[in-house]
Amino acid sequence: MKKLEIVIKPEKLENLKVILDGSKASGVMITNIMGYGNQKGFRHLYRGAEYKVNLLPKLKVETVVDDKTASEIIDQVVEQIKTGNYGDGKIFVYDVEDAVRIRTGEHGQDAL
Amino acid sequence: MYLSDLIKNGMELADAAELLVNVTWTMLGAFLVYFMQAGFAMVETGFTRAKNAGNIIMKNMMDFVLGSIFFFMIGFAIMFGGDGPIVGSSGFFSPMQLADGDGYFNGLPLGVFMIFHTVFCATSATIVSGAMAERTKFMSYLIYSAAISIFIYPVTGHWIWGGGWLSGMGFHDFAGSTAVHMVGGVCALAGAKILGPRIGKYEKDGAVNAIPGHNLPLGALGVFILWFCWFGFNCGSTTGAATNVGDIAMTTNLAAAAATLAALIVTWVKYGKPDVSMTLNGSLAGLVAITAGCDVVSNWAAVIIGVLAGVCVVLVIEFVDKILKIDDPVGAIGVHGFCGLMGTILTGIFSPECSLVTQIIGVGSVLAYVLVLAVIIFTVIDKTVGLRAGEVEEREGLDLHEHGAPAYANFNLHRDR
Repeated sequence: MKKLEIVIKPEKLENLKVILDGSKASGVMITNIMGYGNQKGFRHLYRGAEYKVNLLPKLKVETVVDDKTASEIIDQVVEQIKTGNYGDGKIFVYDVEDAVRIRTGEHGQDAL
Repeated sequence: MYLSDLIKNGMELADAAELLVNVTWTMLGAFLVYFMQAGFAMVETGFTRAKNAGNIIMKNMMDFVLGSIFFFMIGFAIMFGGDGPIVGSSGFFSPMQLADGDGYFNGLPLGVFMIFHTVFCATSATIVSGAMAERTKFMSYLIYSAAISIFIYPVTGHWIWGGGWLSGMGFHDFAGSTAVHMVGGVCALAGAKILGPRIGKYEKDGAVNAIPGHNLPLGALGVFILWFCWFGFNCGSTTGAATNVGDIAMTTNLAAAAATLAALIVTWVKYGKPDVSMTLNGSLAGLVAITAGCDVVSNWAAVIIGVLAGVCVVLVIEFVDKILKIDDPVGAIGVHGFCGLMGTILTGIFSPECSLVTQIIGVGSVLAYVLVLAVIIFTVIDKTVGLRAGEVEEREGLDLHEHGAPAYANFNLHRDR
């Protein structure tokens, strides 16, 4: 099992949901976050003085899926969500040791 | 006394009618100028950070409160208590005694005259709170606020409007570019300089950091309110229902509009994009500049005055910020100090009945007096009570430390330290 942490621009959420709904992902956790990457935000002028805006709003979308679904989702996100500009986001992949369905007590992939 | 009472007491109908319509008009002006306090409060809170919003509101409220009380007790006497060249000498703590036998003063019932001038005094005082925002100890600000309504505004006000030496010379400041705005702006200059910049405003090498305001819509609301109330400020200064109030409104409006447009264009060219807060400052710059001569300059002159104000305010604000390294969060020094000065002098150029030399003398003398007094007052406050809030207070926000509660209690704001 893999956990996918997908960091995207907020306006890409609907596109991402289409991908996730079409895949075997059974659930999703979405968090509002602020952050920056290599670009370190961008620079603005306010009354003639420069200031750095390096807390940009993003969404972190997490989902736990089996390995095959994980690579399917990754391929689809890279193909459909990307715009080619900086700020498209990142996907981080983690190994998941176990998952438990609280209602029934099932473990492992049966819990997804 | 109502109209019928005035007639019964022997006044001619025409005179009584004129008196009461003048009273009505002046009161309307006074109410509008009162509401400028709301305008200033919104501009200042919008252009500063959320963690200090409550403090800004308190400073603005207390400017009006202390101004009302001290102008009543002392300031009115200094400004209008006699024809001495420098200050008035009677009416202290009982300005009501300055009225003539029928209760009039300068052609109006004393109360009408007094409330009108009270709100003008409070306008001058509240200009300073913006320049000194976000790092002034609240108690120290209260002391200064009382002081300006006693020692500064009424004295120069006496010279200009109260029968003092400048009015005798023909110095023309119809609604207060100098008396109200330059006075406030120069106090702002002294205060902000002695106070020092906000933490984080300037780097050690002198580089300037922007500290953006937290709510530009509130700032814009403030400017809309001020523009609206300025019709009371300028047109109301006729203190009478006269046929020229529309002309005054036209020059006021044209100057404000021209200045806004000029500031917009300057920032668009200079920064690549039209800057919202600077454009808003432009409106105020035009309003301040036209205030001296709104009754005597032509509409075209008003446009020119506005354009000059709009251009200059951007340049002056940047000069103060980047060259003088005086931190003025709202641009009060440029808007009120410089444009008040410039507008008064331009009145001498654009109005045939005004003398440029007299305008310059008036502006120069008021500038010198106010600067000296303000420096003294702020220095004394600084050396005794201390002018500046502590570092922890400033970093965590004056709302929390000076007032015990944030203005925006349940919002999780980005804490910029």
